[in-house]
Amino acid sequence: MQRKKECVAMLLAGGQGSRLYALTNKIAKPAVAFGAKYRIIDFPLSNCVNSGIDTVGVLTQYEPLELNEYIGNGQPWDLDRSFGGVHILSPYQAKKKSSWYEGTANAIYQNMSFMKKYNPDYVLILSGDHIYKMNYAKMLAAHIANGADCTIAAIEVPIEEASRFGILNVNEDGSIYQFEEKPKQPKSNLASMGIYVFTAEKLYKYLELDDQDPDSGKDFGKDVLPAMLNAGEKMFSYRFDGYWKDVGTIPALWESNMDLLGANPAFDVGDPTWKIHSRNPLAPPEYISETGEVDNSMIALGCEIYGKVQNSILSSNVIVEEGAKIVDSVIMSGTVIKRNAQVLYSVIDENVTVGENAVVGADRKSARGITVLGRNITVSADVKVADGKIIDSDYKGE
Amino acid sequence: MARSAVGVIFTNIQDKNIPELSSRRTLASIPFAGRYRLIDFALSNLVNAGITTVGIVTKNNYQSLIDHLGSGKDWDLARKDGGIILLPPYSNETDAPYKNRLEALMGITGFLQRRKEDYVVLYDGDGVSRLDIADVVRFHEETRADITMVYHQTDSVESHYYITLDPDESGRINSLQINPKLDGKKKINLYINVMVVQREFLMDIIQNAVQSGFSSFGREILAKNVGSMRIFGYKFDGYYAGITSLPRYYKYSMEMLDKSVRDELFGARDIYTKVRDSAPSKYIEGAVVKNSLISDGCIIEGTVENSILFRGVRIGKGSVVRNSVLMQETTVGSYVQLDCVITDKNVVIRDRRHLSGCAELPYFVAKGKLL
Repeated sequence: MQRKKECVAMLLAGGQGSRLYALTNKIAKPAVAFGAKYRIIDFPLSNCVNSGIDTVGVLTQYEPLELNEYIGNGQPWDLDRSFGGVHILSPYQAKKKSSWYEGTANAIYQNMSFMKKYNPDYVLILSGDHIYKMNYAKMLAAHIANGADCTIAAIEVPIEEASRFGILNVNEDGSIYQFEEKPKQPKSNLASMGIYVFTAEKLYKYLELDDQDPDSGKDFGKDVLPAMLNAGEKMFSYRFDGYWKDVGTIPALWESNMDLLGANPAFDVGDPTWKIHSRNPLAPPEYISETGEVDNSMIALGCEIYGKVQNSILSSNVIVEEGAKIVDSVIMSGTVIKRNAQVLYSVIDENVTVGENAVVGADRKSARGITVLGRNITVSADVKVADGKIIDSDYKGE
Repeated sequence: MARSAVGVIFTNIQDKNIPELSSRRTLASIPFAGRYRLIDFALSNLVNAGITTVGIVTKNNYQSLIDHLGSGKDWDLARKDGGIILLPPYSNETDAPYKNRLEALMGITGFLQRRKEDYVVLYDGDGVSRLDIADVVRFHEETRADITMVYHQTDSVESHYYITLDPDESGRINSLQINPKLDGKKKINLYINVMVVQREFLMDIIQNAVQSGFSSFGREILAKNVGSMRIFGYKFDGYYAGITSLPRYYKYSMEMLDKSVRDELFGARDIYTKVRDSAPSKYIEGAVVKNSLISDGCIIEGTVENSILFRGVRIGKGSVVRNSVLMQETTVGSYVQLDCVITDKNVVIRDRRHLSGCAELPYFVAKGKLL
């Protein structure tokens, strides 16, 4: 008997995430740090493992180095398997033709042989830019129960935001009669989450057709899903009503981080029944000194806090020196905030140094926007980085 | 070259010293410094010296040790050749498992025979340090010693069994005492239970001891042959915490709040430990934390001062925890007051309880207790 997997997941992690500006200059969006110890990709990967899906292809294209290193052999997610496990799928050169991934559908199409190796009955398509906990096994069970060819996970969004999403218009039984990608006049507020279950044979068929169509944009939302619907395939929605956030913009990334705080957080990463796995830093416990103050915050291992931290998220090995103040901010690993510096309403990437007495950003109530500092840069002592600014090289003042 | 050395860690040999924490686990798996077990320091020192094979000698109560070690991957010791090799006691129905170090060594002769490395590093998992094992092996080679014993200088000892050394200028040890009286002595050269020995030489010693019916490695082999064997002392000047009693455990735990100690032990970020995927710790509005080490997965609503919190500890509203060491998953309710308390794993302290001890006699709460 041929060995097989019931379901193989394909995770689209190639996006540049240009709306995250300085944070994605050097790394792909799914590799962006989140929630003090995680990276965005930990969420779909953990969801896969917790849902019993142990074969995941991760499709990378933009600045894949850090993401590849982070995923490694998949061991932190228990995805180092002898049959299955996590595999990085980069664009490759083939005998006949070779090309970069041209769109989401084309990326999957180019890796058809990877999927077929596992002879799956179903293929789960995921994207690497959302923060959520979801049991894909339940979605797969619904797909099977409905006898569907394709099932799209869907969530209700505020109607005024609906035109930013792919909108599903569905019948009472959840079957989809219309799919509109980013409609100007949305008929419903049921948005596609970019999570699809396909019956494998149907997926292969429509990817082949899509590849042969010269007019196609090679995109799932714009091309493949409408084509399937037009051809009369059975397409269902799968309702999800948990926490789900697209962290593709700086404000959304900031907000989603803040959603982790508090005794009853909007989104709980500490849920023992749905662990979020990640590659862990090598670091001792965090140390809060005699002069340190930490209020309503999340702090990762290896931090040393001698100053004040309020309403903030600090990744591993961040040092906050005496007299320094961090408020309403997200600080990624290895960053040092020197004496008496202030960081207000900001997102600061890895290994940044904020010099003594420097002021980054402004009070959240009056700020024009979130201030962003890109990785590996130094902000000189005594300078001010204006609120809403995005800085990606050493900063010595105006 | 430390690559030609194999490590052997004795996980139970010092159990008697600290029954409170080692009655249900091996001494080497005692939790320390918020997220480690004692064995992590021994393993990391061996691994950082390039040693890739470590035999783990166990006797009893080693479930928690096995759980901690897993495949050895967290120390990069999941290897095809070598890696972590568990060496549980070899005994049949009539023989009890080993009673002393010599019998423990006899039980691992098969392991020692199969290895190809030149040297064996014998390491008791009872000390916390950043000992450079590669340097000890270098010293061992340079002095052409048969045995190199690592010692540090101290002014007090608190242990059931200890060895003091009198090295001459070259480091050669001509006299070695077991459990000597130390009244008023200021400079005690205390052997810290780490030894380098030629592998084949060690096997000869063991063989010889079996034939002679010896039962004590310290008394009948080291002390007796100190003149005829080339035994050298390697002086370790770095930070050393010998976990030899509960008050010592408490004292050294509190020393982890000292930045210079932490920088020496963890500065290079290469003390490895088992990873459990806990969420980062959360400080709820109103929490006050001062001079404390907090591991991951904690949720703090009250006040914590001069304390060490292990993974997954919860401190309820209005509670005040001072000068305490709370191990993994300790749950402290609301309006509790703790001072100089050590809780073992999974302890629950209900609302409004007040517990206190003192530095010399910390209040100890055993594993899984509900108070």
